[in-house]
Amino acid sequence: MLKRTFATAATALLLSGWGASAMAADYKIDTEGQHAFVQFKISHLGYSYILGEFRDFSGTFSYDPDNLDASKAELTVQTGSLYSNHAERDKHLMSADFLDAGTYPTATFVSTGFTPDADDPDEGTLTGDLTLHGVTKQVELEVERIGGGDDPWGGYRQGFEAQTRLELADYGIDMSSFPEPMHYVDLYITFEGLRQ
Amino acid sequence: MLSNTSERWGSISIALHWFSAVAVVGLFASGWWISTLTYYHPWYNAAPWWHKSVGITLLALTLLRVVWRLVTPTPRPLEHSHEALAARLGHGLIYLLLLTVLCSGYLISTAEGSPISVFGWFEIPASWRFSRQATLMGTLHWYAAWTLVILAAGHALFALKHHFLDHRATLTRMLGRGS
Repeated sequence: MLKRTFATAATALLLSGWGASAMAADYKIDTEGQHAFVQFKISHLGYSYILGEFRDFSGTFSYDPDNLDASKAELTVQTGSLYSNHAERDKHLMSADFLDAGTYPTATFVSTGFTPDADDPDEGTLTGDLTLHGVTKQVELEVERIGGGDDPWGGYRQGFEAQTRLELADYGIDMSSFPEPMHYVDLYITFEGLRQ
Repeated sequence: MLSNTSERWGSISIALHWFSAVAVVGLFASGWWISTLTYYHPWYNAAPWWHKSVGITLLALTLLRVVWRLVTPTPRPLEHSHEALAARLGHGLIYLLLLTVLCSGYLISTAEGSPISVFGWFEIPASWRFSRQATLMGTLHWYAAWTLVILAAGHALFALKHHFLDHRATLTRMLGRGS
């Protein structure tokens, strides 16, 4: 708890130092109102899919419609909050066989760049470093701004969705004894950010 | 004789004791084996189903056993006072660990609200829920189970010692004979 408070304070301090892009607004992902989801989808034996999510995460982003290249985002996910509606499976997925949530309690994404699509400024590719299972790799998230504006409670929000596919072997998670369709996982993230 | 007296164990206590002994050994062995099963093992799903069904049965019988122990007389110890005190402590620890292992097992499977099926006859619903429950209770289940079998092995060794070296009726009393 204290750690998270510290991290939030550090993030706030970092954000306040960004004065350079005066127009850019900083947003905090609305986990309090639970308008944010970090979901995964992975094949089961090649026969169907397991859908699940991480229930505990936090993040911030910076968004300026007039300077999209300066967009930034970061997200920290508590790997121990995995949920797929099956206690024993979730315990197994969080064990050392897969995510090893005890040793690697968080997964983080920190963006390094954003390239808006030429034909649609509300879509683009967010590049960044994803740290999962103790391994940091560059990933590209396909991002789309869904909508934004004043909310009914006096706040101002922007909402997005993002997706990517991860090869689990890239992150040192061994799926070699499972069929090929289980070797990767699709991540789907959607969230509203509250302007700070 | 169903009930205990101050001299001998009644048949209910004896039956509960020996059922527990067999169940603890079987549950420990099967639990250890289950933890080694790979996803494609034919018993990956069936073995935990049996393990949980027997475990819930033992939990119910252990609660009954504790009640029975409290409402019926307990045969007098055959040991000297300091030995009797150590035995009481040991037996108390075994009861405590038995309940810890059984309850933590229940809390693993019910961590996300699913009930536990008992031999497919009926279901025990989930109750208490807390964060990281399955993982934390899984760790507790493992270490408490190991501690329990080590204590149970010590318990068995002492029973054999009392029987063969001390020539006391400790063991035969649990087989239904008087002291």
